[in-house]
Amino acid sequence: MSLDQPVNDSEIMETEIKVSARGVGVFYGEANALRDVDIDFRQHQVTSLIGPSGCGKSTFLRCLNRMNDTVDGCRVVGSIVLDGQNIYSKDVDPVELRARVGMVFQKPNPFPKSIYDNIGYGPRIHGMATNKTEMDEIVESSLKLAGLWDEVKDRLDEPGTGLSGGQQQRLCIARAIAVAPEVILMDEPCSALDPIATAKIEELIDELRQNYTIVIVTHSMQQAARVSQRTAFFHLGNLVEQGDTEQIFTNPVDDRTQSYITGRIG
Amino acid sequence: MTDAAALLASKRPDLSRARINRRYAAEKRFRLYGLIAIGAAMLMLAILLSTIVAKGYSAFLQTHIALDVTFDQSVIDPEGTRNPQTLARADYRGISREAVRDTFPEVTGRRDTRNLYKLFSTDLEFEVMRMVLADPALIGTTKRVWVKSAADIDMLSKGYINRDLPQADRRVNDQALGWYDKLDAEGRVSRLFNTTFFTTADSREPEQAGILGALVGSALTLLVTLVIVFPVGVSAAVYLEEFAPKNKWTDLIEVNINNLAAVPSIVFGLLGLAVFLNFFGLPRSAPLVGGLVLALMTLPTIIIAGRSALKAVPPSIREAALGVGASHMQTVTHHVLPLAMPGMLTGTIIGMAQALGETAPLLMIGMVAFIVDIPGSITDAATVLPVQIYLWADAPERAFVERTSAAILVLLAFLIAMNLAAILLRKKFERRW
Repeated sequence: MSLDQPVNDSEIMETEIKVSARGVGVFYGEANALRDVDIDFRQHQVTSLIGPSGCGKSTFLRCLNRMNDTVDGCRVVGSIVLDGQNIYSKDVDPVELRARVGMVFQKPNPFPKSIYDNIGYGPRIHGMATNKTEMDEIVESSLKLAGLWDEVKDRLDEPGTGLSGGQQQRLCIARAIAVAPEVILMDEPCSALDPIATAKIEELIDELRQNYTIVIVTHSMQQAARVSQRTAFFHLGNLVEQGDTEQIFTNPVDDRTQSYITGRIG
Repeated sequence: MTDAAALLASKRPDLSRARINRRYAAEKRFRLYGLIAIGAAMLMLAILLSTIVAKGYSAFLQTHIALDVTFDQSVIDPEGTRNPQTLARADYRGISREAVRDTFPEVTGRRDTRNLYKLFSTDLEFEVMRMVLADPALIGTTKRVWVKSAADIDMLSKGYINRDLPQADRRVNDQALGWYDKLDAEGRVSRLFNTTFFTTADSREPEQAGILGALVGSALTLLVTLVIVFPVGVSAAVYLEEFAPKNKWTDLIEVNINNLAAVPSIVFGLLGLAVFLNFFGLPRSAPLVGGLVLALMTLPTIIIAGRSALKAVPPSIREAALGVGASHMQTVTHHVLPLAMPGMLTGTIIGMAQALGETAPLLMIGMVAFIVDIPGSITDAATVLPVQIYLWADAPERAFVERTSAAILVLLAFLIAMNLAAILLRKKFERRW
């Protein structure tokens, strides 16, 4: 199916597998932060990774675009296959990979540059626009897709750091989608935001699902329930349980999942 | 109630007036100590600056004497060609001495006349020559011109020579005193702005000595230092902070860089002497070698400042850049380095200011020489401001005392300007995250 067609809920399970992780483990020096994770992420789906602090969910997320490569002493085992290719194989360039797998961070981190340059930076280094008009189009459509265009269209030259927290985070999302990624990773994107800004981001995530595969780490189970189609529960470095969001939250198989979602561990 | 809670409930906080007052008193005392410390520091600075200014300001003025000089066409330019070469070769000594004699027609006899000439700078004939070269229209006229007095007369005029001392203990004898008083009474003595001080290099005669040679020497030396130290320092800082693996070797390098920053500067001078002069055979006393030595000395400061500036860039910016697919190099050059640049520039300017004030290593490579020419290139013999101060402080003439202080003022002005530039740069490029 084509990417611009919306997907309805009944089709969810039939979408293609975009990323599949097998036997993924992460070591920080000697410490084993993550053990033997097997999970698939499907196109046009939002997958939530939940679990208590330090359970390895953010670590796992950062394996998906090899962000862990930049951490000293971090070692990843197992395989993560994106569109049939293991992203940890030697012939995959992590820089190219990160253009295909975008990331939004916990704290909004716009560059201390203008709003325009924030969006334009990625397309510029990847040679996506040959002239100013094309770049303008990319910036405009990225901002429109991130739902920020109407708020900032008259002040594209102002610094991105001058926006409110929620706007900054949407700016970061716009920046991520400007390089036309296939997968978007979000690491607790709403943890620094107020409820109204959070609601806007969640709405946005749901819209973005039409075009991208989204993986989101969240501490809020309500958020996981609201935005995601599938949920995976991590605990002490293990992937405990995964499944349809509805099933995880209403009828979990594992006792630990049950305890976590009812607030007994965490 | 549990035991723990009961125990805590039995201990009430002491909120009595006396206790709170003691707390506030402690704070007040601490603030007072701080104020005293700052006050003491400010007082010392004020004393330092005021003594330097008090001693040095008079060097910016120079006593001049009015002479009625006859620019005789037959002496200067008998053929009327106005050819500068002819003009430069004329007998200005004769013209100027004649003007001096005409001012004091009553003075006769060889010895007295010779003493009379000593009221004026030995530069007198060249001053007259420069006037003619600058304005050939003077030829054929008689004009009252202001010429520099000798340094002793300058000191007398500025009140540094005690007239009450017996003649034998005085730099200016009674005869010269009488002539000076006569000139003064005729309104022929005036203290004018000392342009010589800012347009010439060193001289044995205080009234002809200037700071420009040392200033140019300092500028050339710092230029060499900057050209070497900035690219090398920034590259080293970037490599060590962003690219180098963290292992024993880089730890060792880091320790060594920190140690180098603490090495006495004279050691760098010895190194420069051994390596640049003796081994590579570079010219002695040259800004090139001075700049190289100061670059070695300043490099650790700049690397350390650069690394801390790079460290201060928040990791979120790196992650953001990496997250949109920038390579490590792009992340550094597009984001981290520009953000660290204000800190690096500040570190560089502070390092340069340190280099500007440095004397010891330059003594070792011969920049302490007496140099009367303004250096024209980085391989010419030159001296620098602090060394010039050192040389003048060593000179016996009374008139060099004020020139020493004046040179210190010039050096301080440059240091303040550089530090101000550092502050302004930091303010201009400062970013908040």
